[in-house]
Amino acid sequence: MATLTIDGKTITVVEGTSVLDAARKLGISIPTLCHHPKLSPYGGCRMCIVEIKGIARPVTACTTPVSEGMEVSTSTPYLEKLRRTILELILSDHPNDCMVCEKAGDCVLQELAYFYGLRENRFAGERRIYAKRDGNPLIERDMEKCILCDKCVRVCDEVQRVRAIEIAYRGFKSKVCPPYERDLDCEFCGQCIRVCPTGALTGKKWALKGRQKDIKEVDTICPYCGCGCNLTLNIRKNEIVRVTSKEDTLNEGWLCSKGTFGYHFVNSPERLKNPLIRIAPKSSEFGVRSSELKEKLQTQNSKLKTQNSKLFREATWDEALDLAAKRFREIKEKHGHDSIGALASARCTNEENYLFQKFMRAVIGTNNVDHCARY
Amino acid sequence: MAGLAAVFGSGAMTNSIPEIENNDVIFVIGSNTTETHPIIALRMKKALRKGAKLIVADPRKINLAGFADVWLQQKPGTDVVLLNAMMHVLLKNNLIDRVFILIRTEGFESFKDSLERYTPEYAEKITGVPKNDIIKAALLYGNANRPGIYYTMGITQHSHGTENVFAIANLALMTGNLGMESTGVNPLRGQNNVQGSTDMGCLPDQYPGYQKVNLPAIKTKFEKAWGVKLSKDAGLKATEMIAEADKGRLKAMYIMGENPAISDPDINHTVSSLKKLDFLVVQDIFLTDTAELADVVLPAASFAEKEGTFTNTERRVQRVRKALNPPGQAKEDSWIISELSERLGYPMKYNFTEEIFQEVGRLWQTVAGINYRRIEKDGLQWPCPTFDHPGTPYLFKGGFPRRKAAFTVVEYKPSKELPDEEYPLMLSTGRHLFHYHTGTMIRKGDALNSIAPEAYVELNPQDAIHLNLADGQKVRVSSRRGSIEVKAHITERVGKGMVFIPFHYREAAANVLTNTALDPVSKIPELKVCAVKIEPIKTGNYEVRTKKL
Amino acid sequence: MKTEKNDIKIKVCMGPGGIATGGADVIKVFKDDLASANIKAKIGKGCSLHKVGCFGLCARDVLVDVIVGKNKTTYQYVKPDMVPRIVKEHLIENNPVSEWTVGDDYYSFYNKQIKVVLSEFSEVDPEDIDTYTAVGGYEATKKVLTKFTPEKTIAIIKKSGIRGRGGAGFPTGVKWEICRKVESDQKFIICNADEGDPGAFMDRAVIEGNPHSVIEGMIIGAYAIGATKGYVYVRAEYPLAVERLTIAIKQARGKNLLGENILGTKFNFDVRLKLGAGAFVCGEETALIASIEGQRGMPRAKPPFPVHSGLWGKPTVINNVETLANVPYIIRKGADWFSSFGTEKSKGTKVFALTGKVKNTGLIEVPMGILLREIIYDIGGGIEGGKAFKAVQTGGPSGGCIPAELVDINVDYESLAKVGSIVGSGGMVVLDDTDCMVSIAKFFLEFTQAESCGKCVPCRVGTKRLLEILDRITAGKGREGDIELLEDLGNDIKLSSLCGLGQTAPNPILSTIKYFRHEYEAHIKEQKCPAKVCKDLIEYGILEEFCKGCGACLRVCPSKAITGEKKKPHIISVDVCIKCGACFDVCKFKAVKKE
Repeated sequence: MATLTIDGKTITVVEGTSVLDAARKLGISIPTLCHHPKLSPYGGCRMCIVEIKGIARPVTACTTPVSEGMEVSTSTPYLEKLRRTILELILSDHPNDCMVCEKAGDCVLQELAYFYGLRENRFAGERRIYAKRDGNPLIERDMEKCILCDKCVRVCDEVQRVRAIEIAYRGFKSKVCPPYERDLDCEFCGQCIRVCPTGALTGKKWALKGRQKDIKEVDTICPYCGCGCNLTLNIRKNEIVRVTSKEDTLNEGWLCSKGTFGYHFVNSPERLKNPLIRIAPKSSEFGVRSSELKEKLQTQNSKLKTQNSKLFREATWDEALDLAAKRFREIKEKHGHDSIGALASARCTNEENYLFQKFMRAVIGTNNVDHCARY
Repeated sequence: MAGLAAVFGSGAMTNSIPEIENNDVIFVIGSNTTETHPIIALRMKKALRKGAKLIVADPRKINLAGFADVWLQQKPGTDVVLLNAMMHVLLKNNLIDRVFILIRTEGFESFKDSLERYTPEYAEKITGVPKNDIIKAALLYGNANRPGIYYTMGITQHSHGTENVFAIANLALMTGNLGMESTGVNPLRGQNNVQGSTDMGCLPDQYPGYQKVNLPAIKTKFEKAWGVKLSKDAGLKATEMIAEADKGRLKAMYIMGENPAISDPDINHTVSSLKKLDFLVVQDIFLTDTAELADVVLPAASFAEKEGTFTNTERRVQRVRKALNPPGQAKEDSWIISELSERLGYPMKYNFTEEIFQEVGRLWQTVAGINYRRIEKDGLQWPCPTFDHPGTPYLFKGGFPRRKAAFTVVEYKPSKELPDEEYPLMLSTGRHLFHYHTGTMIRKGDALNSIAPEAYVELNPQDAIHLNLADGQKVRVSSRRGSIEVKAHITERVGKGMVFIPFHYREAAANVLTNTALDPVSKIPELKVCAVKIEPIKTGNYEVRTKKL
Repeated sequence: MKTEKNDIKIKVCMGPGGIATGGADVIKVFKDDLASANIKAKIGKGCSLHKVGCFGLCARDVLVDVIVGKNKTTYQYVKPDMVPRIVKEHLIENNPVSEWTVGDDYYSFYNKQIKVVLSEFSEVDPEDIDTYTAVGGYEATKKVLTKFTPEKTIAIIKKSGIRGRGGAGFPTGVKWEICRKVESDQKFIICNADEGDPGAFMDRAVIEGNPHSVIEGMIIGAYAIGATKGYVYVRAEYPLAVERLTIAIKQARGKNLLGENILGTKFNFDVRLKLGAGAFVCGEETALIASIEGQRGMPRAKPPFPVHSGLWGKPTVINNVETLANVPYIIRKGADWFSSFGTEKSKGTKVFALTGKVKNTGLIEVPMGILLREIIYDIGGGIEGGKAFKAVQTGGPSGGCIPAELVDINVDYESLAKVGSIVGSGGMVVLDDTDCMVSIAKFFLEFTQAESCGKCVPCRVGTKRLLEILDRITAGKGREGDIELLEDLGNDIKLSSLCGLGQTAPNPILSTIKYFRHEYEAHIKEQKCPAKVCKDLIEYGILEEFCKGCGACLRVCPSKAITGEKKKPHIISVDVCIKCGACFDVCKFKAVKKE
């Protein structure tokens, strides 16, 4: 353990703790852009510089471990002046397009610019211009907005262990990009989007779907594999516009490609909207042969409606449920309880599965109920 | 699951996901974790960063193999030999936990003798894994303090899947690697609420909470709770239902949120069986291939459109919340079931969703301590019998539900269908990172689908040379049950003689090819091994083939 | 009269300067001619033909020493076609070609120098370990391994007072001692040969001239700290250094000076080469470590320092080439001998690459504390072309400019720091009155901006903005307040940058503003470049009264901006002129004016 004072307040923390973490424990906020608690310290943005008694130059709080008796100042006019300059430098190479930026209102850089009241910029000069858009289908990479905080690079390396991106070039031309500046070709987990402090990384499908302030957040659980990741559905106008995840949960805020980008099915126009009752006979017409399926799929979108109308007619709930009830009752009476079977779903809730098996057992009177965990 | 339950008395993951990062040895067998359980894989990678060692046993050079200290590339279907040989090595090196064996297990002596013939040399012959790698892996696992074993369908989807699971259980038992933090045996469940659907009694022989239907006292308890007489006979398993439908003995089916017309083995057979039903109700969010065969299709709400709970692979009951209204007339499954039930003279009235869960708690003590308020944020892992119980991150701390866990003698049985002259290649199926199960969900999501829009077959360069195939060339893959057309993807991910096809693609459904041979206990089909042949498709013949047969 | 042929030595400079001016060809012709003159049989025995390291006075390369008996004659500016005459007249007829030999000024170049690191350059063939051992090489290794404990070795180095020659000047013995005391299963020693300052070639010359001295320094250092593995991180742009190091390592292994049980002791140590890909920042020790590890060469914050957590997280000592090359001599000749050179706080000698506007450019080694005046006037021979000495830039892109009025300061760590510059790795660029100080600052800023790793904001963006301001000043578009903005931003960058590169990058600007503020002001307020360097601020014209109408300027003008009839004054069309200065240089009558 080491005891130190930060802005006159004393705290004792475990050795190896960073000055930044110690300060945050004391409720002292130090601005950061490149720091992430789950990634290795970086010290690139320089916003978290602090003064330590006995050390000539300011040091970054995120990279400096505490030591016994350390005396730290986090906010002197001298430090604030340096921070202001740093921020001014970052903004001098950043598009001033908050008004159309997806990240506006949820952007760390914007917050800091506001906090430091940076309207004019003494250093206005050349700005990096990248005309070429990354052609990958999912992640928008607007590198003009990138502040080189390296969080995306680190999360890809340290957490996801993919190393799809790295900083290339040097000096002012430094740029985060995939090898040889090809289009991003990775696991598309979206971890990089989650840690990006600016609008440099967003989801392509999120564009113009609504800013954070217009969005209702609903916490739920991912519908895909069995990991049970916590999802926060971002809802606007009865539509999922994006999916995020909170950091203090089972999955530590990380998601995979399916969790991050696999939500479009919910708002798909192909969703069933009405009960359907069969009108076509069950001929062999719709057997499953790959060649047939292929043909069917090719014309699926256009044919969907006509196909439905050939096979089924839309019905009211009463019609459909009455028919189902009638036929189940008839078959049960004619062939016995055990002539009816049921398959439950691993994608339905516990409550629904409970009701489902209860229905089969208590109402139909059979134990012919199973789930699909076998394949 | 049946396998683990038979040994330990409970068939779930013994440990929790957060514990993975403190494993010192991770043994992944038959699980392509980075693609099927990406977030669990992240925990594994975190453990590796903290210094853990990794053993991967997989016939394919899966992503995790690149991180592994030892990668064992066993031939598909030879897991038992590999595991037995590892245990043989442990026994020879006296890396077994005698106290644990004495106090908490039974049947060790006869089991011990059965390992005698599984020498690493013998195993090398059968599995193709160099004997030194087997020894290295065994010693890594045997010397570990907190080893965890992780497996999925690569272990279970075999005609001898239950025996594979027994072998894994034996390995953990003989080393005493159970009942401790970050130490255990962990089947990873493939779908978000598989655990929950079995917990809730969607099993033909068990009521909610794995309570046997054939035990009179249990049956009476449920009869009392539900106010009706119940059947004393165990029902049909899913695979058996299809068989009975084919024989005309099963007349009607009610399928909720499931798509056997793609996920079943030998789906041509499944489809023809389902067509023979007098009456089929399918309740789903899309018009799936199965729904197309239905007499009545009921539009259901998606996960984002309802309240309730899911139980994840580590037994954690978590809260699902309604974020959207369902489209059109679509309704929550619970509403649909209740309406149907009422029409059949059995009203199920619940004022709110949690009442259903409370009813489960009254019938199954293990989850009695869980209510929605307690799982508002994080979820709770069962067993959690009382409201002050903190939940159970890892199982068997104090012992096994069936007091003593039994060793099972497991002998090697080859897969039911092995390559021969006509069908010289061994096919395995599985998932792809960007897709999920039968594709009902992802494949509607255009963006993700566009990364991997097409079905493919992975095959080894040596086989490709032998067959004179080029990468990306269209080929026909055939088994005794059918054939599909896919693109060839030539890669060293698969060993020579083996091919792999992801099963998500309905236009080239891998399960047209797969074998219906079942594990006799779990009734899980042998989706991981069957014999196929591959032929190039010549454009000249192409037209003819695409005509309707 | 016949020469005693068994006592002839010919040494051809094969340092960077010698190679660049054709040293290899000179050697070849010597060989051929000696052969045909029948002196062949004796080569390698009595008569030897050496390629040796840098002679120092690169301006006069190729330099060749011809030693007959005890008489040494040095030839300067030797070209291959001069060799036959030297062989004939000097070696056969024993009559040195006096018109090609060096004069007194050559010796004054050496008089004020004291050579330690460079002392055996004229003796040692860098590709032959035996020539190194012949002059006492590897005796220090033997001494240390068999007689000294690691602690004793460190004590000697500490006592010598040697400080790191890479720029920062940290006491070497202290660094070793800290690393010695860290407990670890593995330690490393790294030789930093990633010399990247523009105009600096000290380390290159040392490695190319005497690679074994560096390897020997590493062996001793490794023994002292307890390392068993070493790396030499050397620029790939130094192919000859790489080649000679490779040969030297192989030879050292062959003599059991590297490898297991070195010289029969229990000490194991081996060295590997790691080639740098030309990133200046990789000279920064943490970036260098990242580069060896296969990462992008980017510095990280310190602490932890490499002595605690360096390569692969293990304790690591990183020493500069020159530092390590000093070590064998300190051990051989003693700490007191070493510390007898230099000042109280800066001990020993320092190698500088003296370049710029002095007459004698080249590699020099001087005792710490020597007067700047002595370097420039005595060793350097004063300013070329009779122009006025204006300033000297030391320490490369991290250093600063020292104005002529401070010519009497001592050259050591403390004194240079006091006036706003640094010793640095040893670059020394002499400037005269035709050098524009704003342009000099801009030159270095262009370099640091291009070489910034991009990690931290002040360096990545800040140096870019400094450069932009300098650009507009030199273009005559400077604004009121730009000087203050440069100072303000420069100071902020120094204080807030992550590594040494950024922390020192503004120095060339700040020191030139400090001593030559008026030049900046002239650019901004009067749109004038006093040194007449900034193209946008000058105009070429022809002085009618001097122009003879010879047409020389007209002929060299690439943009056809000059017109005029023969024998009549010519005219430069300002609109067409691209200000290349060709006319100015070609005019024999000083009729072209630059304003």
